[in-house]
Parts: sequence; structure tokens; C-alpha cells
Amino acid sequence: MNAHQNNNLIEIKNLKMYFPITKGLLRRKVGDVKAVDDISFDIKQNETLGLVGESGCGKTTTGRCILRLYQPTSGSIVFNGTDISSIPEKQVRPLRRHMGAIFQDPYGSLNPRQSARTIAGMPLIVHHMIDKKDLDDKVAELFNLVGLDSSMMDRVPHEFSGGQRQRLGIARALACNPSLIVCDEPISALDVSIQAQIINLLEKLQKSLGLTYLFIAHDLSVVQHISDRVAVMYLGRIVEIANSKELYQSPLHPYTKALLSAVPVPNPVRERERVRIVLKGEVPSPAHPPTGCHFHPRCSIASAECEEFIPPLNTISGTHQVSCLKV
Amino acid sequence: MSVLLDVKNLRTHFHTHRGLVKAVDGVSFHINEKEIVGLVGESGCGKSVSMLSVMQLIAIPPGKIVSGSAMFDGHDLLKYKPKGDEMRAIRGAKIAMIFQEPMTSLNPVLTIARQVTETLELHLKMDTQTARKRAVELLKLVGIPEAESRLDNYPHQFSGGMRQRVMIAIALSCNPKILIADEPTTAVDVTTQAQLLELMQEMVNRFNTSLVIVTHNLGVVARYADRIYVMYAGRIVESGLSEDIFLRPLHPYTIGLLKSVPQLGQTKSDRELVPISGLPPNLIDMPQNCAFLPRCSYHKERCRLEPWPELHAVGAQHYVSCYVDTRETS
Repeated sequence: MNAHQNNNLIEIKNLKMYFPITKGLLRRKVGDVKAVDDISFDIKQNETLGLVGESGCGKTTTGRCILRLYQPTSGSIVFNGTDISSIPEKQVRPLRRHMGAIFQDPYGSLNPRQSARTIAGMPLIVHHMIDKKDLDDKVAELFNLVGLDSSMMDRVPHEFSGGQRQRLGIARALACNPSLIVCDEPISALDVSIQAQIINLLEKLQKSLGLTYLFIAHDLSVVQHISDRVAVMYLGRIVEIANSKELYQSPLHPYTKALLSAVPVPNPVRERERVRIVLKGEVPSPAHPPTGCHFHPRCSIASAECEEFIPPLNTISGTHQVSCLKV
Repeated sequence: MSVLLDVKNLRTHFHTHRGLVKAVDGVSFHINEKEIVGLVGESGCGKSVSMLSVMQLIAIPPGKIVSGSAMFDGHDLLKYKPKGDEMRAIRGAKIAMIFQEPMTSLNPVLTIARQVTETLELHLKMDTQTARKRAVELLKLVGIPEAESRLDNYPHQFSGGMRQRVMIAIALSCNPKILIADEPTTAVDVTTQAQLLELMQEMVNRFNTSLVIVTHNLGVVARYADRIYVMYAGRIVESGLSEDIFLRPLHPYTIGLLKSVPQLGQTKSDRELVPISGLPPNLIDMPQNCAFLPRCSYHKERCRLEPWPELHAVGAQHYVSCYVDTRETS
């Protein structure tokens, strides 16, 4: 496919994804869980955008909307020049071969009864991209790409270790030669000493294949390491987006500051110098979010206006955007 | 500084149908008064089993404490019967434990009040009224809002972070000498993790309790621990003060771990991650020599031929179990 004119592979505008809350025998709708509530961002070709936030902030839902595993409530998702937010499923399918997905749980996301060959080759079969006789060669090539031995093709998932399983998941995501890969917590289920292997593999593949990543994770140090830009989500909204380095050096949103300070650094000397901001309370339910700025009940600099107005995502400088009335 | 708990040569093995698993194989460690100790390692390295063995909470069978001693208050805890009165008087009262899953470690069919007052009535012989009053104080102490009204709630009415606060309240209720926190924050979000760890640190400072943090998160131990033990495949491979471990690591595994984790503030252009090659070992029927050997980039002929090296001193409180002096090779 041709690159879109302004180099953006993905353009998301005012995306909303509400899930209805039903009640009673007749399952009447009584409210909405606003999992994603009016977010906008772009991802450039060949870029890694990190999406961080705590559980329930809507980061996975965002990823699933982009893959069109969910039909968004409103807003647009332009993928390579085509708005895919509301086209029928039948037209989404052929587009999906340009998108891959890697999931968190390398145990749950692979069919335990299928051979590794079938798992990695399935996308090619589904999209009619291969002759049956060429399948072995193509799968061997994919295995090679992700650092798996091609003699393991006939094994089933439980015969692989956690790291190898995640490599198999990556091989499957790469099968159709996609341009975008949505990585949803791809390393959080792995052992510490294995995580770096997968991070390095993803970085290497991006360079050699020109991939674009949406990297969703809760671990800020991992996200920051791998991403060019990072978007921070809180309760369905993006509170800040900035270049990875800038987000660390000059965070502007009070939530970003607290999130950064909550991540411990494996260096006791640096740790002693750091200021620790401990947030009060807990993340409210997305079914009953606070008025105005969602963060105001836990914010140390909030004032009356924060309870009333939803802060827009303002551009501060270059690529740094923040949604806070006090900045 | 006096030693509160002194564990020597602890071995806990599990007999499984696939073979003998030496989950903990010759571990010695000690906990000083008013100290925060970190026990780090990956899943399956034996860090939790070490702590559960000291508390005598290992399921027998399949588990068995094969050898070792755990001196506490002049007595060897491992000589006590697991279900005997002596062990019960220590467990929960003198040494308390917080577990990883606040969901499963609280009883879902009992109210919070019942679960907090149980330890108070059992160990401190309080009557129902006093215990209830004390329970409210404890819940307030760990930061549960509207403690009185929440006392008769059930665990499912609390969030994960709040449940872990209740666990902390129960653990602190008898003013223990040692608090063992086994992966206390793995199941919660980062900002909640920070809240809970700050709370624990504040509590142990206030009550002069020693704290053992069992975790796989290097950042957490760097932030809170005074002294650290690094475990691999059932053994301690390196121990020392926090600065020794993080600034002057000597064991190839510790060095490898530190090189492989991303640090906040550094991006891929600043520093490339160097992964540890290979996989953590399968603990069934392990060879006699160093278990890290297949993954080690420093190994020498000697490592292959001789048994797993003992810990030897390399600094005042810094110990390492390796034949190779990694300072020379690097």
C-alpha cells in the first residue's frame, strides 16, 4: 500500500468507545462505561507510539478499536488513508492483513491444539496469500526471522517456553507482512531475564521490516525504552503525549508526574535523589467518572474550574501535548 | 545491630512425579533488627519457598525441608512441628506475612472485621469488643477511609489495593518483629504499588519492624531495601548492601539482570538492552555444577568441572558465589 501523504499510518480523531451497562430482566441500558472517551492521536510510518496507563484506563480498548475488533461508538480511525471506523466487517477483513497483533498472554493467545506451523501460517491461509506447498518454506522463514528453530514447527504451544511462545506469537503477527503491529503488553507475562530478548527482537524487526508499532503496556520504563513517543492515558482520555525523552525530562501533567515518580529505578543512588509523589485514593470507575478533568479528585493542583471543564489536549511545543487547565 | 532471624543451609525439596525438585538448595540468610531486606530473583528461583519454609507453610508432602536451621529468639523454628502450638505462637504474631494475591489470601466468606480480629483474639487474647476497636484503629492506620463502616464489608467489596491494605493491617496487628512481604505489589497498578510500599516502609519504621520484600522487581528493592539477596535456581548467588548489588555487582547473573532491564529516563538510543541468553533452568534433576553456567558469558573451565561454588566474601557485607572474578574479565 502507498504511504499516506503526510506520513501518518494511523490517524485517530475523537475516538469514543462506550460499552453499555444493562440492568434488570429486560437488560435495559442504564449507562455507559466510557472505556475510551474522545481521544485523538497519530502514528507515523515506522514509528513506535507507546500507550501507558493503569488497568482500566482504556489502552487495550484503543488497540482493539484500531484492529477493528470493536466497532467504535464514534470518531474516525484512518488507517493508511482509509477510514476504517465504520466500514462493515466484510471490508475490514482484507485490510486486517496489514495489521498484526501480539497479545499479553503467550499461553492464552495460542491454540494449544494447533502445531506451531499452523499457528504461524494461519494468517497466510486465511488471506489466501500462499500455496499450500509453499507454506513450510514461508513458515521456516518466519521462524528464522523471530529466532525460532525451524525444526520446532511440528511442536504444539506447551512444548515451548514462555519466551519462545511469545516469539511464535510475533511470527504469526508478521506472517502477512503487515505495516502496523499492535503490541498489547507483549512482555509483562515473561520472566525478567527474557523480557529484554523480546524487546530487542521487536526493535530489530522494526528496523529491518520498517514496521510501525502501537506499544501498549503499564510498565513505563519499558514503554519509554522502546517508544519514540509516549501517550499517557487516564480513565479513557489521553492526558499527555510527548517524545519519549521529553516526557521523562519535563512531564507537565500532574498524573504523568505521579506515574513517573511511582516507577522505581534499579539504582539506589538515583532513587535517593528522586522526589516521590504518592497519589491519594484510587482510579475511579469508568462507569461513573468524575466531572470535568477526570483526574481532579486526586490532583494536588486542582481548583474549582477543573471540576467543571474538560481540559482540551493543548500543544505546548513541537510534539508535546498536554490536557491540563493548569499548564 | 542484632540478628533477629538467622537461617542456615536451608534445603527444601519437592518430590514430583517427574523427579526431585530442589527448590531451595542450601540457602543461608539473616535478617537484622529494623532492617529492610530484599530477596530478588525470577519466578521459580526459590525465593518464596525459602520464606514459606521458615514459616513452615510448605505442603508436606510433596515438599520436605531436608536440612537447615532458622534461629529466631534463641529457638530453631524448623525444629517445631508445623501445626504445633510453638509454631502457631510465632506465625502471624512474631513473624507475619503478606502474600501476593490479596484476592485469595483473604477469606471471601468472612467479613473484614472477623479476619482482622481473629489474630488479635488468638494471639493477644483480646475480647470481642476490644478487638473490634483495635481493628478500626488498624484499618485507619493503613489508610482505609471510613474504617468503622467498612469493617462489616466482605473482601469483594474492596479494591485490590484496599485488600492489600487490609492484609497489611492484619500482618501488623500483633506488632510482629519481622514482616515478610511476598510479591506484595505484583497484582496491583504502579501508583497503587507506590502507595502500598510507602505505607509498608512507614509502618516498619514506626513499629521498629524488620521487613523482607520478596520480589522480581529490581527497582522496588533499589528503592526500599538496605540489604539484598539475589537468588538463582534455589541458591543465593550474591548478597550485599543495596549499593554493592546495584553499583558493584559481581555475579554474572546479577550483572546480566542489571544490563537487561530498561531504566526510566533511558531510551533505546541511550542504551541497548543486553539480554541474558538462554532460559532459566528446569529445577528437576539439576547438575552438580553452577546452574547459571549454560547462560554465563564469563564461564571458565573450572566452572564446568567443579561443584557450585560457595558464597565467599568480597567486601564487608558483600558475598558472591562464583569462581570467576568478573572485575578482571570485564
